[in-house]
Amino acid sequence: MAVAVPPFAGYIEALVPNPPTASCMSGPRTLLDKIWDDHVVCTPEGENPLLYIDRHLVHEVTSPQAFEGLRLAGRKVRRPEATFATPDHNVPTTDRRLPIADVISKQQIDTLRENCRQFGVRLFDLGDADQGIVHVIGPELGITQPGMTIVCGDSHTATHGALGALAFGIGTSEVEHVLATQTLRQAKPKSLEVRVEGSLPAGVTAKDLVLYLIGQLSTEGGTGYVIEYTGDTIRSLGMEQRMTVCNMSIEAGARAGMIAPDAITFDYLRGRDFAPADFEAAVARWQQLPSDPGAVYDRVEVYRAADVVPQVTWGTNPAQVIGVDAAVPAPTDFADPNDQSSGERALAYMGLEAGTRIVDIPLDRVFIGSCTNSRIEDLRAAARVVQGYQVAKHLHAMVVPGSGRVKRQAEAEGLDKVFTAAGFEWREAGCSMCLGMNPDTLSPGQRCASTSNRNFEGRQGKGGRTHLVSPAMAAAAAVSGHFVDIREWQYR
Amino acid sequence: MQAFTSHDGVVAALDRANVDTDQIIPKQFLKRIERTGFGQFLFYDWRFLADGSPNADFELNQPAAAGATILLARRNFGCGSSREHAPWALADYGFRAVIAPTFADIFYSNCFSNGILPIRLNEEDVAELFHRAAAATASEAGQYRLQIDLAGCSLQDTDGFARSFEVEPFRQRCLLEGLDNIALSLRHTDAIDRWEAAHGIPPVAAD
Repeated sequence: MAVAVPPFAGYIEALVPNPPTASCMSGPRTLLDKIWDDHVVCTPEGENPLLYIDRHLVHEVTSPQAFEGLRLAGRKVRRPEATFATPDHNVPTTDRRLPIADVISKQQIDTLRENCRQFGVRLFDLGDADQGIVHVIGPELGITQPGMTIVCGDSHTATHGALGALAFGIGTSEVEHVLATQTLRQAKPKSLEVRVEGSLPAGVTAKDLVLYLIGQLSTEGGTGYVIEYTGDTIRSLGMEQRMTVCNMSIEAGARAGMIAPDAITFDYLRGRDFAPADFEAAVARWQQLPSDPGAVYDRVEVYRAADVVPQVTWGTNPAQVIGVDAAVPAPTDFADPNDQSSGERALAYMGLEAGTRIVDIPLDRVFIGSCTNSRIEDLRAAARVVQGYQVAKHLHAMVVPGSGRVKRQAEAEGLDKVFTAAGFEWREAGCSMCLGMNPDTLSPGQRCASTSNRNFEGRQGKGGRTHLVSPAMAAAAAVSGHFVDIREWQYR
Repeated sequence: MQAFTSHDGVVAALDRANVDTDQIIPKQFLKRIERTGFGQFLFYDWRFLADGSPNADFELNQPAAAGATILLARRNFGCGSSREHAPWALADYGFRAVIAPTFADIFYSNCFSNGILPIRLNEEDVAELFHRAAAATASEAGQYRLQIDLAGCSLQDTDGFARSFEVEPFRQRCLLEGLDNIALSLRHTDAIDRWEAAHGIPPVAAD
């Protein structure tokens, strides 16, 4: 379903150009350099630069205090037409015609609605055909475009970097700052090139790749950096797979992850609601964005796609990850004392013993969804595995599409029928059990294969035990009742 | 914002690495629409047992941490979610500074927005502080204190430990003076107007 023409289409158009600045003449530049240079408004003496923000995405959980701050100070939203909001974290994924049972959740969603009305911000509300997870609808509607700076009060804003934007999560005070000034105070981050070369083996997905990279980089390997993913492995990924990779940059500590725009990016954006009207002119500009030959990164890490197998996290942070064909490691396997103590705590919390084969870990729940893996290609991959099978008897499995559009597309393709026939629940769009702010939570001790992005203690519910996997691995686990190596799956 | 100049306080030693913001403030408390009142929920799932009573084993519930205003932790403190509710909870509980070898980027920024000073020390110094905190706890004093001076970027105890630390000068100034960042940025509205004009963006509508 098409959305109405945005009220300030001319402005949206005008924002796209990236005119050269003085510093761009100073030699080969990275994608980050180019976007950064073009967005520095000023660097006042003794202060950090003010960076112009092209798009500001807003959700119900991290914005109420920011809007309240504006009200208390008598300030306005400087560019409401560059600000887009949707409720996603807190929303029920059951029948939308029913009232929201949790009064505090309802208050937060009502507050977002009222704030958007008062400050003139475009809201994709509950019940709107295009409501969904903010990081799914941004690209899907074409709000996210190459060369832009994009922020949101959410750490998974890195997702939008898949389209060649500089996109990162911010705190609520910064949300208020962007609302009031359309800028952010920001020292320039360092650049980290993560180059991946070669073809991904059969059965290995973008999710496995990014989990593997996080395992290699550690949860803080990217701290202080913006990651640019490069190499032929990355170039060969489709747009939605690129989003999965960039989405989890923050789990390696990097505030942003980005991929240079190319024909795949342009083909993805062409015809989307908020895409530039003069699309070919925009493409001509976007083609100038990729890093110049000889551009220097602050750090470079190179990996081989052939080394990646389907991944499963065993611990309580995303870097505690291992191949499905391996066994749960022992804390003593790690050299670093921090890793040893974290490993001990993780095994105790997860109720796992070192040496247990990953494929022998039994499961209670399966969650397919989240801003990492709830797009149409994710659901297709999962449905292909499930086709002709039933969910294991004792197990509860659910699919939560990332947006209203994804849901309708999946239904048009009959994927919902594949899932429900197999025993999955088919839900409405939202963040759902990725963080369990709504009623979708794990009970204490329940063990879940999840396509989401965080396996922190209590993330999906107090005492819940989360294992992060790809959509195909989650689907196969739902059918089998335990992890299985997707490379050995018998598709029906 | 509350300014931070110097501070003398009790240290709570939380000997854990990769403390994520989901632990600092679990998601069930993010539904509030206020900035205040989050201290009661700080480290909720670690601090309280299933029946709601305090977990005596948790570091903050021990006598050594009573009245603590300085939190000591291991690497990568504040990783994960961008939720500013984490520093809101720390500040509301009474913490004015956090010391760790490294911090996650978003959490680090969020601290400065809330009058909390995050101090990076190298891993050996942090290990030494854990050692001294444990020794002080076992001694008659029962608690370990540190004195922090932001203007001089230094911290010390009363028993010979003294180190300097680094803070970006701009952030140091904002914290020392308790500056309103938005007001500071709005002084540059002319530059923002010029940037927008240069990029073909229509002027902001007048009131």
